[in-house]
Amino acid sequence: MGDQARAYAHLIGGQFRSMVSYRLSFLVEMISHSLTVVLDISTVLVLFGAGRRVGGFTLEEALLVAGLSSVGFALADLLVGNVDHLKTYVRSGLMDVILVRPLGSLWQLLCMDLPFRKVLRVVLAGVVLAIAVRLNDLDWTPARVVLLVVTPLAGLVFFGAIFVLSASLAFWWVDSGEIGSAFTYGGRDFTTYPVPVYAAWFRAVFAYALGFGFVAYQPALTLLGRTDPLGLPAWAGYLSPLVALVAAAVAALAWRAGIRHYRSTGS
Amino acid sequence: MTVIEMRDLRKDFAVRVRVGRFRRRKRTVPAVDGIDLTVDRGEMVGYIGPNGAGKSTTLKMLTGILTPSAGAVTVCGLTPVPQRTRLARRIGVVFGQRSQLWWDLPLHESFTLLRHIYRVPPADHAARLARCRSLLDLDPFLDTPVRQLSLGQRMRGEITAALLHGPEVLFLDEPTIGLDVVSKQAVRGFLAELGATGDVTLMLTTHDLADIERLCRRLVVIDHGHVVHDGTIEDLHARYGSRRRLVADLDAPLPASFALAGATLAATEADGHRVSFTLESATAAEAVAALMTAAPVRDLSLVEPDIEDVVARLYTAR
Repeated sequence: MGDQARAYAHLIGGQFRSMVSYRLSFLVEMISHSLTVVLDISTVLVLFGAGRRVGGFTLEEALLVAGLSSVGFALADLLVGNVDHLKTYVRSGLMDVILVRPLGSLWQLLCMDLPFRKVLRVVLAGVVLAIAVRLNDLDWTPARVVLLVVTPLAGLVFFGAIFVLSASLAFWWVDSGEIGSAFTYGGRDFTTYPVPVYAAWFRAVFAYALGFGFVAYQPALTLLGRTDPLGLPAWAGYLSPLVALVAAAVAALAWRAGIRHYRSTGS
Repeated sequence: MTVIEMRDLRKDFAVRVRVGRFRRRKRTVPAVDGIDLTVDRGEMVGYIGPNGAGKSTTLKMLTGILTPSAGAVTVCGLTPVPQRTRLARRIGVVFGQRSQLWWDLPLHESFTLLRHIYRVPPADHAARLARCRSLLDLDPFLDTPVRQLSLGQRMRGEITAALLHGPEVLFLDEPTIGLDVVSKQAVRGFLAELGATGDVTLMLTTHDLADIERLCRRLVVIDHGHVVHDGTIEDLHARYGSRRRLVADLDAPLPASFALAGATLAATEADGHRVSFTLESATAAEAVAALMTAAPVRDLSLVEPDIEDVVARLYTAR
């Protein structure tokens, strides 16, 4: 197991050296990717404005939701996001090359195309979260400290699972790209805002059935010590790791089924 | 010792055919249609067939990329798909049309990365790499990023990459495709030397029959997913009646009554000044002697049968 981890680490190192061999484009892309965080956050600033309340949430509270979501998504997009290039990998034959090597297929793909230029975005998202935490004057307990650390990690696993799920569609449906984006990027947009701002049917599907409500909104409520206007108990804030693990398990099954399908069609 | 075994191996592909505006009908097309083949340790097998005959599909089933639709396959005693990662350590694969090297890194870095992926002991790795470096003359471009290599250089890198973990079987899918004459010679020379050691079993697909003539004692021809020939190149010639030809330039035409025992007159050109005979039971020496006594011969040449012609006939025969 340790040997395997080392092999993956070397793959990541190789990918890093490949990327920095194009210095200028690396810098330009890194900066342009970071701008997306600025854009996401500025929409929250505009929507909530100073002193205004939307859906019963102040700007500061909304910023905490956006910050938690942003760190989780930025991490997932960095580590897992490029799995949506799957079609390209299949077309270029990388998929075949990967299958004749003695390592797992998904991890190999992720390590071989890790987009380091998205690193700055994680940092920026972290800064936004730190500011949001300061602005809210939270009542710290040990459980809340743990929750603040675990929530972005659960967000990483959850969004990572969504990325893998949506990419797995490409094994069956070559033109599935944009449908997947509805759940990955659409999911990020959904989790940026407090759930009560959405229509009831919409939040029933996205927040609860698909689990996006547990990525940032429920943990934020618990951190803030607020009761949920939609009626979920306080412990719902601690459910995010569980929801993330369920999503990861579903994604793992979908990937395995997808690989099996690929191997039986060879498309 | 058997290294590769295929028993009634089949692979069907589902093809969706449009019927009408929206409806599509699924149709199954057999790509590999019941192949039985056994390859022993140390053999060098040329696996040829026209485009779409099922060559690459077979190779993909042997290397664990594709799951067979039916039948059984074992490589090194393992079942390729379920035991993919175990098998991967024992086989090497070279795809002529795709690269397993790191495009943006110097060539030597790909080799180092592969050492980690396959967890090869450093000493073994160094010894194998040193051998490839000298035999394939890699040193001049070892520090060049792969994207800047010529196709010939890259292919030498690909072959090295496939051998660094010391595989027992090497699969090559069109390893000489697109290479110039010199690079082809280099690749063939290296593979011939590799095969001569008897440690590595080699199976290669190609459209260049010179690869086969140079490398493979055994030739397997497939067409429409079936094996249509399995044997030596000589067997193939014998079976399809390819004969050597004797071509002679004459100062004067042959007498009309002339007949050559054990050979037939195949063509008369240039007003009878050039004749060619197909040799059947006669040896070249007998035919030459008979011809020399019958007519004033200026020049002679003996033409070996062309494997390309034989195979072309084989492909179109069906």
